[in-house]
Amino acid sequence: MPCSVISTISVASMRNWADFTIEKGDGGAATVALHGPLRVYSIGDLDRRLDAISDHIATVDLADVSDIDTAGAWLASRFARDRDAKITGESEEARRLIAAVSQASGEGEPPEEQQPLLFWLSAWLGERIYAAWHGTVGVLGFVGGTVVSLGAVLAHPGRFRTKALVHQMELVGVTSLGIIGLMSFLVGIVIAQQGAVQLREFGAEMLTVNLTGRIALRELGILMTAIMVAGRSGSAFAAQIGTMKLTEEIDAMRTIGVSPMEALVVPRVLAAMVMLPLLGFFASVCAIIGGAVISTIQIEIPFFTFLSRIQEVVPLHDFWVGIIKAPVFGMIIAIAGCYNGMQVKSNSEEVGLRTTMAVVAGIFAVIVLDAFFAVFFSEVGWG
Amino acid sequence: MVDSEEYPIIVEGLRNCFGDHVIHENLSLKVRKGEILGVVGGSGTGKSVLMRSIIGLQQPTDGEISVFGRSILNSSEQDDIDIRSRWGVLFQGGALFSTLTVGENIEVPLRQFYPEIGDTLRGEIASFKVKISGLPEDAAFKFPNELSGGMRKRAGLARALALDPELLFLDEPTAGLDPIGAAAFDQLTRELQETLGLTVFLITHDLDTLYEICDRVAVLADKHVIAVGTIPELLALDHPWIQEYFNGPRGRAAKASIERGKAGSRDAKAMDIPRKTGA
Repeated sequence: MPCSVISTISVASMRNWADFTIEKGDGGAATVALHGPLRVYSIGDLDRRLDAISDHIATVDLADVSDIDTAGAWLASRFARDRDAKITGESEEARRLIAAVSQASGEGEPPEEQQPLLFWLSAWLGERIYAAWHGTVGVLGFVGGTVVSLGAVLAHPGRFRTKALVHQMELVGVTSLGIIGLMSFLVGIVIAQQGAVQLREFGAEMLTVNLTGRIALRELGILMTAIMVAGRSGSAFAAQIGTMKLTEEIDAMRTIGVSPMEALVVPRVLAAMVMLPLLGFFASVCAIIGGAVISTIQIEIPFFTFLSRIQEVVPLHDFWVGIIKAPVFGMIIAIAGCYNGMQVKSNSEEVGLRTTMAVVAGIFAVIVLDAFFAVFFSEVGWG
Repeated sequence: MVDSEEYPIIVEGLRNCFGDHVIHENLSLKVRKGEILGVVGGSGTGKSVLMRSIIGLQQPTDGEISVFGRSILNSSEQDDIDIRSRWGVLFQGGALFSTLTVGENIEVPLRQFYPEIGDTLRGEIASFKVKISGLPEDAAFKFPNELSGGMRKRAGLARALALDPELLFLDEPTAGLDPIGAAAFDQLTRELQETLGLTVFLITHDLDTLYEICDRVAVLADKHVIAVGTIPELLALDHPWIQEYFNGPRGRAAKASIERGKAGSRDAKAMDIPRKTGA
């Protein structure tokens, strides 16, 4: 490794390195005399240089070692042990340290057994399938558990955590109004502007209103909101619940007799289910306003004319399509967040991993479901 | 500079406050080389804040702290690195990196400060540190969450000892351990201190620890160190908190038990450090 050589040289100029000399004795047995400080900062690559000696070593002389710590003591004692040599000239301190460290065997990690590729591959595949099956069962179980808890809360309204629900509604809904409004406004501008450019080719610029209004209410308002909420709140649910699992807060709840499903999951799921339709509608309105603004400027449809045209050309069922989808999306996002949070165990890395999974799974499920909804609603005549 | 030879840690006129809340006011403390200094004080008297100030995790409002004769508060980067390689810290919960095995945890400081050490030797160093901290050798390949609380403390100690420090900070090392585990940990601390020639700054609530292994005890109250000395010296003082602390029911029990078991056991301590494993 050339780079390690360079660094060794440059550091060597500043530090006093441990070194050794070999003295040939009678009968080919040599003495290795170590000198300089034998400390963790000075040993460097001494072990590799010692291991490179091919002579038979009878004694390891520590008389010239100025200073020693456990790392140096380990190095000397291991070298002596490997070569069946004896240590001479050690100081009192060195003897004490060598006695302390020589109890360890210094064995490295047990090497992993190499498996044949076919075996390894099938084991890997099997594990993945098993994990996928377990995951599916786990999610279904979790959804079931949420429904049961919801039922329990409905049966005993006294146990319902109104405060938690309101707090979550604020976090999911109110605090995201700004970003969702701005995002939807901008998306509305883009749709109206791009739509107008294409529709102008056919002289049908007025259809920009239909395009913006219908797409905002049916699809984009809800979908963009769902994605934003998954990124903001789904991740927050997973990270918060995951951290609570790590700090044993969830276990503490269980021992007190508080169901984490009722205390944590139900308020979050309900908050998301209530807030998503509201946010989605808000987003649609913002998108329509965005479209109206750009239309005023670019295609000379006055602002209020645009808005009144919306009322004429957008059928009411477009509104309902959006509103019906929204709570379903909200539930999926919240469950993905809470489920992944609950799956955290052992370490902090898992919190990050599970948070990512919550967002990815939430957004993916929302988009897949949205496609199903699109087909469904056109089949039932709400096209 | 003779002073800094004798006293690796010197704190003078330290003042710490969080907002309006003053934790330390004109606090001074000197830690002697080669001693185990116990730091006691009621909850909220700022024992941990004092430790965090000394190791540079907490910027004091005022005062001067020097470690190994060099100021902690406005040291150059090189000084900083140099000082950091000469101390080890055991945090209350162990603070092991949860995504690394115990062995890898111990290797982190080695890798950071001495990258020139080869992989094999580094692994071996980690392995014998595990052993001298009183853990079974296979603990090196376990993750922190697979260890019990006592083993996690020992693993934290092994990491604190990774660089063969001269100075060791222990924040309530025996808190949360069973009495046998706590006694074993006290022994281990004493033995390591003797073998490795450590200076130990030890925060504790454990009266047994104070009686058993501390050379001197510093008492934190009224926002500063009200007294430093051996336990008999402290007992001679007429401060209500000290009297209550050492002469309360628990204090008397600890004192009685130490007097019973005193029959020469301290001198008989052998050098074979890893006698007791697991806690």
